[in-house]
Amino acid sequence: MLHGLTLLLAYQLLGELLARLLGLPLPGPVIGLALLFASLIALGRVPEGLRSAADGLLRYLALLFVPAGVGIMAHHPRLEADAGAIGAALAVSTALALAVTAATFQRASAQRRRRAAEQEGRRGE
Amino acid sequence: MGSELQDIWAFLAESPLLGLTATLAAFSAGQWLWRGLGRSPLAHPVLLAIGLLIAFLAATGTDYETYFEGAQFVHFLLGPATVALAVPLFDQLPRIREQLLPITAAVILGSVSAALSAVLIGAALGASRETLLSLAPKSVTSPIAMGITERLGGLPSLTAGLVLTTGALGCLLAPLVFRLLRIRDEAARGLALGLAAHGFGTAQAFTIGPLAGAFAGLGLGLAGLVTALFAPLLAPLLGA
Repeated sequence: MLHGLTLLLAYQLLGELLARLLGLPLPGPVIGLALLFASLIALGRVPEGLRSAADGLLRYLALLFVPAGVGIMAHHPRLEADAGAIGAALAVSTALALAVTAATFQRASAQRRRRAAEQEGRRGE
Repeated sequence: MGSELQDIWAFLAESPLLGLTATLAAFSAGQWLWRGLGRSPLAHPVLLAIGLLIAFLAATGTDYETYFEGAQFVHFLLGPATVALAVPLFDQLPRIREQLLPITAAVILGSVSAALSAVLIGAALGASRETLLSLAPKSVTSPIAMGITERLGGLPSLTAGLVLTTGALGCLLAPLVFRLLRIRDEAARGLALGLAAHGFGTAQAFTIGPLAGAFAGLGLGLAGLVTALFAPLLAPLLGA
């Protein structure tokens, strides 16, 4: 658990360093995520301590949003001014994202299966 | 007696302990209320906790900066939690390899349409520049979204609120969208929920089934990466 947490913090630190040094447009923790993902692929498994630290943090992920969410009280005037635009933008873009993602995946996945089945059929002849 | 209470309150209000305790207590209360309200996506424990805390701060006349002195200890964990998303992503590696092309196409098209349509609709309806920059990453899980907004020069705490609202909206809209488009593929439903409604959508996908849940986690992680790469390209369009 302690090792896992240290590892997560070290990867975040590495991500922050790379973002600053190379002037990358990505947030440090996202670079840390990508680096850890690449390391796990190279290693081929998740070390036990890392898994328990990750599980612990991700189980309470929702709680971690709360302090920043309360910050919305500081944006009260802006929210009032832009309420209509924000509401419409959120509702329409969320429905669109759901539709585009699900439809694209379902179509591409069905196509892949069909092609695989055709190849299977040809081999059977 | 009255002044003694005032002294105690003055001490508590200045100490980070109060903000930290209030955050954890509000979240527990939010979870308890959410269960009592039949686990409705509109009454998500995070939204309830935020509402309770804002009411508490307003009632005690505490400003956000003072509250955040304590709450920052919780907030700080968002960074390592983002890095930790690599673990569930790694768990899905065999499925990712198998469906690489459909996943890549769906995640890129989905993430770009989420960010682009939000910014375009907001701009068409006259939202300010900071609001537009804070809108771009609204479908992405908050730790990543706030990092993106910070980089773009938007308002991270505004993004946090927009992300939470998007999550609740996504859970409400998803059954309707899936029925209209006849999406029956469980993996497609999960991927879309995770991509469009991040953690809220992922939790809902696990109620569809374990495959949907796994693909939702995948959608959440990949949408974060794609949007982090794509969103900076939107900033020049907004006159940055």
